[in-house]
Amino acid sequence: MKKVIVLGATSAIAQATVRLLAARGASLYLVGRNAENLEAVARDASTRGAPKVEFRALDLNDCEAHASLVERAWQALGGLDGVVLAHGVLGDQDESQRSWAAAELVLRTNFLSAASLLTELANRFEAQKAGTLVVISSVAGDRGRQSNYVYGASKGALSVFLQGLRNRLAKSGVAVVTVKPGFVDTPMTAHVPKNKLFASPEQVARGLLKAADARKNEVYVPGFWALIMLIIRSIPEPVFKRLKL
Amino acid sequence: MSPPDSWGRFPRVEQQARPLVWRSDALPSGERSLLPHGLGRSYGDSCLNAGGTLLLTSGLDRLIDFDPTTGVVRCEAGVSLDTLLRLCAPRGWFLPVTPGTKFVTVGGAIANDVHGKNHHRSGTFGRHVRRFELLRSDGSRRMCSAEENPDWFGATVGGLGLTGLVTWAEVQLVPIRNPFVVQETVPFENLDGFFRVSRESEADHEFTVAWVDCLARGRKLGRGLFYRGNFAPSQFERLPLVKSHLSHGSGLAVPMDLPAFCLNRLSVAAFNLLYYHRQRGRPSRHLVHYDPFFYPLDAVHGWNRIYGSRGFLQFQCVVPHATARDAVKEVLERSARGGLPSFLSVLKTFGDLPSPGWMSFPRPGITLAMDFANRGEKTWRLVEDLDRVTREAGGAVYPAKDARMSPESFAAYFPQRERFASYLDPAFSSSFWRRVNPVSLPLPSLEGRGDGAVPPASLLALR
Repeated sequence: MKKVIVLGATSAIAQATVRLLAARGASLYLVGRNAENLEAVARDASTRGAPKVEFRALDLNDCEAHASLVERAWQALGGLDGVVLAHGVLGDQDESQRSWAAAELVLRTNFLSAASLLTELANRFEAQKAGTLVVISSVAGDRGRQSNYVYGASKGALSVFLQGLRNRLAKSGVAVVTVKPGFVDTPMTAHVPKNKLFASPEQVARGLLKAADARKNEVYVPGFWALIMLIIRSIPEPVFKRLKL
Repeated sequence: MSPPDSWGRFPRVEQQARPLVWRSDALPSGERSLLPHGLGRSYGDSCLNAGGTLLLTSGLDRLIDFDPTTGVVRCEAGVSLDTLLRLCAPRGWFLPVTPGTKFVTVGGAIANDVHGKNHHRSGTFGRHVRRFELLRSDGSRRMCSAEENPDWFGATVGGLGLTGLVTWAEVQLVPIRNPFVVQETVPFENLDGFFRVSRESEADHEFTVAWVDCLARGRKLGRGLFYRGNFAPSQFERLPLVKSHLSHGSGLAVPMDLPAFCLNRLSVAAFNLLYYHRQRGRPSRHLVHYDPFFYPLDAVHGWNRIYGSRGFLQFQCVVPHATARDAVKEVLERSARGGLPSFLSVLKTFGDLPSPGWMSFPRPGITLAMDFANRGEKTWRLVEDLDRVTREAGGAVYPAKDARMSPESFAAYFPQRERFASYLDPAFSSSFWRRVNPVSLPLPSLEGRGDGAVPPASLLALR
C-alpha cells in the first residue's frame, strides 16, 4: 500500500497505523471530523517520513459526500492502492435500547457509511484490478450479546458485507482484509476498566498491516481472540441465551 | 486504569488518571488538583498527585516538524526522547542533552530540566529548548521562549509540571557525524583520583561520568571507573568494537519483583567488586553505539523491580566545588557504613553554564547519585543524614529523585521558590510540592493517604 486513504484517521488505531505507513514511505489522504486534530496527525505522518499527506475534515455519516471525497483523494494522491477504514463508534447499549435514534446512529456510522464508502472504493479498485481494502470490524460482530448487540450488529453486518465484497473482488486481484480487534486501550474505551485482554493501538496497527501485507482474509488481533471467539460462537443458542454476556 | 507509580515505586498513592489525547483540548476542570505525568521516570513523588488527577501525556506523542538542515524539532510534550532519537539519529542529529534513560518525555525533560553526561559542555536540557506552549487551567495558552513570556519560560523550565501543561515544545538538536561514540574507561583508585581524571578529561571530552564502588573504604574510598567519550568522527579510526548484549530491543526484562534475599550486602559487594575489576586497572578505548553508551540501564526493562515491592530511594545531590571533596567523602563514608549499599553510584562534575530555569537543580560543583533499597527506618535515617551533609555543604538535592526531603531543605536548596510560587497554576499540584510546602496546602481535604504534607518522621511510620 503506497497511496492510502485512511477513513477515521484520528482514531487511536488509525493513528498508530498511519505512523507505520508513514515510516514505510506511503502517501496518505486522511479523513476525520476535526480539522485541527487531523492536521496534528498529518504533520506527525509527514515528519515521520510520508512523502505526501493531505487531509480533509468531513463527517463520514454524510454518505452523499462520499463520491466526491473519494474522487478528491484519488486526484490528490494520483490514484489509490490502499484503504484503511477505521471510523466507528462504540455507542451506548442502554441508550440504544431506549432510543432508536441512538441505535440508528451506531448502525449508520459503523455499517451504512462504511458500506457506502466501500462501494465507491471497491468499484474503482475492481476497475484498476489492484489494491487492498483493510477494514476494522470487531469481535463483537461474531455473536450478538445482550451487553452490546447494537454495536455488534453494526460490525457483524460490516463483516458479512466484506465477505461478499471479497468474494466478488477475488477475481480482480483486489484484497479485502477484515480486521477483528478485541478490546483495545483507546479513548473509545477510556471508561472501561482495563485487564490483560486489552491490546494497545500499536499492537493492533502492527497486526493490521501484517494482515494487509499478506493479503489475509479475516484476522483477529491479537490472535488469541480467534480461539476466544471460536468458543463463544460454539456455545449452543439455548445455553447462550441464558448467559450474562 | 491502574494508577501509575513513580520509578522508585515509593510512595504509592491513591490518585486518578486522565489520558490527554489532543493538544487542542481543554484541561479537565473539577475540584481535584492536576499534574502532568509522562513516563513516570521520576523516582519519588514529584510525578505523583495523591488525591488528585494525573494528566497522562502519553497520548500527546505527535511530531510536528523536523528540519534536517537546521536540526530544529517541534513535537508534542508526550513524545519520548526515544522517539526523537529514532527520528533524528539516522539523519545526523542528536539530543543536545540526554539523561541516563531515553524513556522520558520532552515535557518531563523540561519540567525537571534534566542534565546529562555533557553538563560541563552544554548545561541542562532547558538551555536547548527554543520555545513551548503553556496551557493554563484558565484556558489561556502562552508561547514561552527567551523572548516571549521569558518569566513563564524561566518558571516552567525545571518547574516540576506545576505552572501548567506544556502542550508542545521546540528543541534545537546537535549534529553528529555517526551514531558511535569513542569511549574511554579510566580506573581511578580513590576520590582524589576522580578529581584528577575529571579535571584532565573535561577539556577534551564531551561526555564524562564516573561509576563509584561505594563499598570501598579507607584509602580506596571513592575508587571507580571514569567514562569519557566523544561522538566518533565520520571516518573513524579502527577501534575494537564493544558488542553490547544489552542493546535496545534485546527484550531483557525484569518480569516481577525480586524477593528481598536477592539483594543483600553480599550480592551488592560482589557486583561492585566484579564491576571494578572487570577493568583490571587498565584504561581502555572502544567504539560504542550511542544506545549502550547513554542508556545502559534501558536495556533491562523494569530494572527498578530488582528492589522488590517496597521500592527504593534515590539520592542525588550536588555540592559546590569548595566543599565538594569533604562532602562527597562524607556521603560515601556514611552510605558505606549505614544500611544496604547503593548498587550504582555515579559521580559527575557539573559545569557553570546557567540554566534558564529558576528551579533548575544543576549548579556548579560535583554531583553524586546513589540508590538505596527501601528498608524502612534505617534507610530513611541514612538518606536524611546525607541530606544534612548536602545542606551543610551548601549543595542541593534533586527533586526528580527525591521522596523525602524536608520543607527546610527544599527552601535552602531552591532560593527562588517564592518567585516561582507566584507562577504556579492554581489548579496544579503534586505530592512533592505539598510535602515541601506544608503551609501552602491548596486542597487539604483532598489528601489521599496523607503522604502530602506529612513530615518524614511520620512517613517512617507508614513503612
